[in-house]
Amino acid sequence: MSQYTGQPDAINALVRDTEVHKDVYIDQQVFELEMEHLFANTWVYVGHASQVPNKGDYYTTTVGTQPVVMVRHTDNTVKVLYNRCPHKGVKVAGEVCGNTGKFFRCPYHAWTFKTDGSLLSIPLKKGYENVGFEQCEASKGMAAVPAVQVYRDFVFCRLNPEGVSFEAYFGNSLSTIDNMVDRSPEGKLEIAGGVLRYMHHCNWKMLVDNQTDTCHPMVAHESSAGTAVRVWNEAPPGTPKPMAVELFAPFMSPYEFFENMGIRVWDNGHGHTGVADSIHAAYSPVPGYWEQMVAAYGEERAKQILGEVRHNTVYWPNIMIKGPIQTLRLFKPIAADRTLVESWTFRLVGAPDMLLERTLMYNRLVNAPTSVVGHDDLEMYERAQEGLHARGRDWVNVARLFDPAEHGQTDVATNGTNEWQMRNQFRAWAKYMTASMKEVQA
Amino acid sequence: MSAFNDQQLVAFVYAEARMLDEQRFEDWLALFTDDGHYWMPLVPGQQDPRLHTSLLYEDKLLLRVRVERLAGARTFSQQPRSRCHHLLQQPMVEQADAAAGRYTLRTAFHYVETRLDTQTLFAGWATHELVVVDGALRIHQKRVDLVNCDAAFGNINLFM
Repeated sequence: MSQYTGQPDAINALVRDTEVHKDVYIDQQVFELEMEHLFANTWVYVGHASQVPNKGDYYTTTVGTQPVVMVRHTDNTVKVLYNRCPHKGVKVAGEVCGNTGKFFRCPYHAWTFKTDGSLLSIPLKKGYENVGFEQCEASKGMAAVPAVQVYRDFVFCRLNPEGVSFEAYFGNSLSTIDNMVDRSPEGKLEIAGGVLRYMHHCNWKMLVDNQTDTCHPMVAHESSAGTAVRVWNEAPPGTPKPMAVELFAPFMSPYEFFENMGIRVWDNGHGHTGVADSIHAAYSPVPGYWEQMVAAYGEERAKQILGEVRHNTVYWPNIMIKGPIQTLRLFKPIAADRTLVESWTFRLVGAPDMLLERTLMYNRLVNAPTSVVGHDDLEMYERAQEGLHARGRDWVNVARLFDPAEHGQTDVATNGTNEWQMRNQFRAWAKYMTASMKEVQA
Repeated sequence: MSAFNDQQLVAFVYAEARMLDEQRFEDWLALFTDDGHYWMPLVPGQQDPRLHTSLLYEDKLLLRVRVERLAGARTFSQQPRSRCHHLLQQPMVEQADAAAGRYTLRTAFHYVETRLDTQTLFAGWATHELVVVDGALRIHQKRVDLVNCDAAFGNINLFM
């Protein structure tokens, strides 16, 4: 009998009001339970519909550690299939993306499947007559994920057939996706500019925790953002401020700035930094954009859309979205101590190219494996991944500004350095870890 | 305009790699023109550094930030520091316009970066676009195409 499998009480005991046990970060068995329960009970981001604009277009990815293929079916809906041939187990779609036409064809024995997964044909079909093939699992074709929801072109799925509804799971947190999409004068986003892929030797939750950790930028990023500000200050007076400096400098804002910018906490582990202000609030206007927005939405509504300057929105469990600069970071779990971070960017359809250029520069400066900002974050995660094995202390602290009255509250804005959002994530962690876990008597 | 022969051009590329291996970053930075760029594309054959992202597309200001950061006291990801090693194939002069003072060289390389007990091998091709400024060769653009530029990497700390 393992320590955590079939032991919801043991799982719940890992999360206290103000502390989290180290095993949530370093224990491989806990990781495997996360893949089995947490990533099956929650609505997990798969991809963006603009990646599969035409019938037969597909994109292969993972949900948790499950290999899946997102495909535009012949009826124009988006399907998510487990990328596994029901015959011998081969991953049917081999490329990251492509067009498969009206059906998938397994490269091993040429079994074919419609783009909803159903079995289309098998060579030498006669060999399966009178063998009870209809009772075989393989006769059902590639397994489709039953719960798929496309919200304003963002594709999410829930691997478990039963569970919380999409609307109940996300609630008001969808307002960040709304705001990012509304920033396009045409109300439409497209994935653009390539994806940065950054391998981390640490637990995926360290990255999620970091997204609303507002007490680290001025410390961990002094060497990059601080140096950028210093180098810029040496430029001759009157030199126009480069875009890169405009993007770097707010990282060095003092604690008071981050306290005042606020954090909003929603139910189910979702939340965002940057309620009243944020590090994305003071970028230079892009010529022509405001006029486009006013023409599309009217002045009042345009002001409202662009006045929302949310910093990082965590959609629990494993994405973060930045509305004002159209970025989505996907934290793909691989093992307890291994995470692939993918940083995606969007074009605001109909808006000036300079917005995409700024988005791409931000992504490159902050989220690339060559990023001087990312280097120092990764260094902290990897040191923590090793340090947490120390036996002298067993708990990670998330007590900052804890108030016992916060239990049960949702949709609340609070001090920007509150660790409430981290606590919110771990409460959701325990909830969705144990929601489908059957207790096994020890 | 003084012309540079192949031997001088090739020697420049070797000397540049040696500066990086010896971590003489201020000297290295001085090799770039004021409008110079260091570019590491994200996809094979990438043409656009502006509306497609790259691993790096740094002007001189950003390169200076990198170099000064490496020397900083609170650069935690460089405690301890990385070291690097370039192994270059003979650089090939691809284009030479002595009258305009413009030269292009292509160099296949293996690059090793180490930190603590980890050693990582990268392979690719460097393209140097050189110009003559005040009688000396300067880098207008150094483009580094990794053979696996679209792979998932851990930290790449120094310069290839």
